[in-house]
Amino acid sequence: MDPLRMTTHQQLFAVLTSAILFFLIIELVRRRKLREEYSWLWLLTGATMIVLVVWQQLLIIITLVIGAVSPVTTLLLFSLLFLLATAIHYSVIISRLSTNVKTLAQEHALLAGELERLRRR
Amino acid sequence: MSTVRAMRPLALIPAFNEASSLADVIKRIQAAHPGLPVAVIDDGSTDETTAVARQAGACVLRLPFNTGYGAALQTGYKFALREGYDCVVQIDGDGQHEPADIPALLDVIERREADLALGSRFLGGTGYRPPLLRRLGMSLFRSLASNLTGVKLSDVTSGFQALSRDLLTFFAADRYPADYPDADVIVMLQRAGFRIKEVPVTMYPNARMSSMHSGLRPIYYVFKMLLSIVLTPLRHEAVERKGD
Repeated sequence: MDPLRMTTHQQLFAVLTSAILFFLIIELVRRRKLREEYSWLWLLTGATMIVLVVWQQLLIIITLVIGAVSPVTTLLLFSLLFLLATAIHYSVIISRLSTNVKTLAQEHALLAGELERLRRR
Repeated sequence: MSTVRAMRPLALIPAFNEASSLADVIKRIQAAHPGLPVAVIDDGSTDETTAVARQAGACVLRLPFNTGYGAALQTGYKFALREGYDCVVQIDGDGQHEPADIPALLDVIERREADLALGSRFLGGTGYRPPLLRRLGMSLFRSLASNLTGVKLSDVTSGFQALSRDLLTFFAADRYPADYPDADVIVMLQRAGFRIKEVPVTMYPNARMSSMHSGLRPIYYVFKMLLSIVLTPLRHEAVERKGD
């Protein structure tokens, strides 16, 4: 057996978990619990995993190119990279939200102050 | 902007739980500069800061929660711009800064000698020496800021400053840091074409070590300031010129 080929057992498990992730994200977006703009990276992760598992040849080429020991290692490595990208993505979003919250708090203070001055007149 | 009419200055006090010292600071500001309007930015205090400030005759803007020293100051800058003030002098509410120095700081802005009058505790020789670690940090940022701006500055971490309206407009944008605006801001504004002048001022040691510089915060402060100073020249807004 080609050591670079995943066993059907491994393939089945990888496709199943990726498919569950994919449909979970779709379902969360459908229920409006997750906004479309924050779902794309997760969907990309799931879809890429499925493509790599089903298209074995591509996975083998990538495994050889990056010098990994086995295709499963490649999948694991890519999962980690995607998780890292997602975490950074969220840090950027949190930074933006912090700025928005700060601006909103300032605006609130300015308007509340103005309202009070108007009332005193 | 007219150059003939007298400028309308505003005193700005960012305050977080400063109820015990605020009334005295406001009274001393009014004594040092009669008629100077005072605005207190209550940064989500849990004590009587707002009530004390109002009773002392200050206009109070109350932030709904603690946003940080920089964000509180920026609220004051936005207020000054909206209310049509021409310049601002900012002073801490803990009594660390000497209100009698306010006229000297405002004078620099009113004479248009600079856009930022930076109160320096080291020019006047007031005898106040901060603790060793703070002195080391200050000297590191002083040499970094002086090297990057080409301007010799003695006290880049001073919060006792007067600012022109042009500078207030520049700082009202998102570029102004929410937590500790110090040496990085000096580098940023100097690179943007604003002029800085140092004025000797008196500073007193802070009796109850400022909450801004206690615990592990000095470590974060040094990290944040170094990163911010190094990145400032690489940011796009650094090349924006005054008035852009």
